[in-house]
Amino acid sequence: MTAAALSALLGHWRRHPVQLAMLLAGLALATALWSGVQALNAEARAAYDRAGALLGEAELSRLEAPAGLIDPADYIALRRAGWRVSPIVEGRADLGATRVTLLGIDPLTAPAGPAATDLPEADPAAFLVPPGLGFAAPETIREVGEAPFPLIAAPEVPVGQVLVDIAIAQAHLGLGGQISRLTILPGQPRFVPPLAELVPHLQRVDPGEETDLAALTDSFHLNLTAFGLLSFAVGLFIVHAAVGLAFEQRRPVFRTLRALGLPLRRLMALLAAEMLLFGLLAGSAGLVLGYLVAGALLPDVAATLRGLYGAPVPGALAFRPEWAAAGLAMAMAGVLVAGGQSLAQLARLPILAPAQPRAWARASGRAMRLQGAGAVALALVALTLTFRGEGLVAGFVLLAALLLSAALAVPLVLAALLSLGERLARGPVAHWFWADSRQNLPRLSLALMALMLALAANIGVGTMVSSFRATFIGWLDQRLAAELYVTARTEAEGEELRAFLEPRSDAILPVWYAEATVAGRPARIYGTKDHATFRDHWPLIAEGPNPWDRLAAGEGVMINEQLARSADLWPGDAVVLPGAGRFDVAGVYSDYGNPNAQVMLGIDAFLAAFPRAPRLSHAVRMDPDEVPAMMAQLQDRLGLPATMMSDQAQAKAVSLQIFERTFVVTRALNILTLSVAALALFASLVTLSGMRMAQLAPLWALGLTRARLAALDLGRGMVLAALTAVLALPVGLALAQVLLAVINVQAFGWRLPLQLFPGDWLTLGFWALLAALAACALPALKLARSAPADLIRVFVQER
Amino acid sequence: MTRPSPPPTGSEVAARAALETRDLVKRFRTGEGPVEVLRGVSFTLTPGQSLALTGESGSGKSTLLHICAGLEPADDGAVLVQGHDIARLSEAESAALRRGTLGLVFQQFNLIPSLDVDRNLSFQARLAGHHDPARIAALAERLGLAALLNRYPEELSGGQQQRVAIGRCLAARPAVVLADEPTGNLDEATGDAVLDLLLEACRDAGAALLLVTHSQRLAARCDGRLHLQSGRVAPA
Repeated sequence: MTAAALSALLGHWRRHPVQLAMLLAGLALATALWSGVQALNAEARAAYDRAGALLGEAELSRLEAPAGLIDPADYIALRRAGWRVSPIVEGRADLGATRVTLLGIDPLTAPAGPAATDLPEADPAAFLVPPGLGFAAPETIREVGEAPFPLIAAPEVPVGQVLVDIAIAQAHLGLGGQISRLTILPGQPRFVPPLAELVPHLQRVDPGEETDLAALTDSFHLNLTAFGLLSFAVGLFIVHAAVGLAFEQRRPVFRTLRALGLPLRRLMALLAAEMLLFGLLAGSAGLVLGYLVAGALLPDVAATLRGLYGAPVPGALAFRPEWAAAGLAMAMAGVLVAGGQSLAQLARLPILAPAQPRAWARASGRAMRLQGAGAVALALVALTLTFRGEGLVAGFVLLAALLLSAALAVPLVLAALLSLGERLARGPVAHWFWADSRQNLPRLSLALMALMLALAANIGVGTMVSSFRATFIGWLDQRLAAELYVTARTEAEGEELRAFLEPRSDAILPVWYAEATVAGRPARIYGTKDHATFRDHWPLIAEGPNPWDRLAAGEGVMINEQLARSADLWPGDAVVLPGAGRFDVAGVYSDYGNPNAQVMLGIDAFLAAFPRAPRLSHAVRMDPDEVPAMMAQLQDRLGLPATMMSDQAQAKAVSLQIFERTFVVTRALNILTLSVAALALFASLVTLSGMRMAQLAPLWALGLTRARLAALDLGRGMVLAALTAVLALPVGLALAQVLLAVINVQAFGWRLPLQLFPGDWLTLGFWALLAALAACALPALKLARSAPADLIRVFVQER
Repeated sequence: MTRPSPPPTGSEVAARAALETRDLVKRFRTGEGPVEVLRGVSFTLTPGQSLALTGESGSGKSTLLHICAGLEPADDGAVLVQGHDIARLSEAESAALRRGTLGLVFQQFNLIPSLDVDRNLSFQARLAGHHDPARIAALAERLGLAALLNRYPEELSGGQQQRVAIGRCLAARPAVVLADEPTGNLDEATGDAVLDLLLEACRDAGAALLLVTHSQRLAARCDGRLHLQSGRVAPA
């Protein structure tokens, strides 16, 4: 009985291969986008873990200074007291043609991680004695190019990091003898004084806590995950639509099978097994596709993570069973969620339930009322979170509530608009057109909801990126006002450089900084010279009275927006800078593209507080026409490599390039999501076209030509797509506002003004209608070319 | 061959015939080779006249009706509606003929599910440009549908739906009504009532009626009868 029933059920797919293809394609695409994003996240997280494991720190406790850096005297005190600790220095530095993370270790005390055991053999003296020796991944060595010390290829070292002796790192980072952290080694002597007595100002951090990098990049990965989830949801709409329509089409088969004695439970089990089989097939295909998507996107994601956070993520993808298993599980869960509603409906359906279209629409009418209530409830959640929500997770819940509420409202609004069209229609065909569109709306509503979500996401993310871009370009013009940027390799070279530039430029503005912890956050404190460059150009978003005078006098500091928002520090508040004292916040400036806190301190106060800060980088104000000649002179006279200099245009180009790369992934996922939505519409229309024959044949018999019916069907699809696109616009703008004012603030610490780009909307509308045209064209063409015999079959099959 | 009597002369037929078929032949291709469904069927139907088309299942009745309606082409022979050979019409002209001259009534009613009774009744008349609200109202009254105008097809019984289908057909003032087993889905009493209406309405409107039916009893109520057997006209 089971085999016979299964054969009858599967017969549907043999007769409707396109519908089966759409179902599998929808699920495969949904899984692909989701698992692709998960593959990217898994690769990045594995890289963070590798970075933690390099020095064996993942299993060891460490000591950190809440103020930022550990004084060497603390280290000496601990060693003298018998504590077995190993010092580590870590910081970002320009090395050759790129920026890397310098990791300085003491080879004599370093714990037994891969750094101590697996690195290639090298001369220990060369490692310890200046200029030193560095170990780095081959990819990093290629990016660095010419370095001030030899680099040895070591694949164990995470990409973007360079492992050197601690003294070499301290020199390059300008830290003097200061230490980033102390690793507490295993096998401590039994009777050592407690840490609380020896170094009460240091904080012990036990292993198992999230690594700094993982914490720092959490928001980036959350953003990616949210987009992956959105794509998955859009893909699931296709599956839901295809499964729902297949259930409806097979209702006579269900009726017959049950009438012939197949128990309901067996029928449901067979249908569930069928769906799981589809989930397995499409999920596997989706994993392969997802791997390809992730492989294509990883170089840009890696570049973004390295550029923004200094995270050591390689540009090549490795297969990881965890994301593959998770992707497959999502596919199975997705197909069950999509089919669950139909199964539940089947369980409640009387054996001989009628399958009339209007009855179906009326039943859907009840569902629509429920949907409307859901939309209102979710809108209220979104509204509440807008005013009361805090934190990134609340931001994403707001985003999800907003999108889901809008998606649920789409069929209701469309039904109202189609009713209006029906009321205003003149002529029988126009009247039928609107009434018929309204009747078929429930069958298309899932696809239209998917289209609305994809379009709204496109408008929202597009508006956010374009607003960001416009603001960023203006900000770059303000921020990169100097004509030339030069970095010396050593302190001596820095001094020589300043002496050389002094008589040949209008002003030399130091770009000197010290790492510290400000308001509990890792921060960089810059010494700032009082100059018109800052007074005229610096992009302040909030300021107290005479901010620049107070900065120059050492009475106040400027802080970046990230610090202001995360610590809620604004002009008039006070902030403590470790080693420098307490200062009033004189102003807040925008600082896009930097996830960390930043403080500007007057140069005199800075030098007094951080006398050992490296004095290597400088911004030079001069006649722009003389920049090329000056760069040539610096190369010839001081032997400064070209990679240590950049003019304003170069600096802007590099910043813009980093910016553009940051959004490559977003744009790619955007386009993929829209493609999935177009496929959803296509799948629904193709499936529907098979069922439409019975509705259209009588009209043909009554005197409407096939070409006219096809044109009307095409028009119906286009009208619905156009109305959906119009509805997506306000939703997209609301989404952009949430991204700019909530998510960005929570994730990155900056808020941007919303700007409108109607040209982009028209372009997107054009593409959406083109996608809808492509989706509607095939069923319409099929109808226009259908043989009279196909239409007559509708009347003949009645008997 | 049974013809409606008395047989008119050729010139009279040309002048009076609402529907005429001449030696119609229709073949279908099957897995076992071509099958001839109609083998030289000829008949003439004058305005106001009713003709019952009977025969066993598969005898070619519905195919003949579809060819007469221009829904399907004949392989040989001709169909003339009010003297026009429908084989020579373009698809648009054929559609116009179905809108304005022919009226179709199906066994399954084929009402438009998205439109209410009122809109269904007036649909074809509006398509044909013959919309007359007073006539629709009178038809609705006569067909017992006046109280059901705001209902949708699935809210009606089979008999009510078939009355709407007949009303839709007659509202367009067709010259020829082609009805394919219009009472096949109805019980005997309802079927009789529906047929009464159809015959009476056609007679009043002067429309010719070609009625496909299995029922000898219903066929006997028409002016003439055409019996098909294996694609040929045969004695009833």
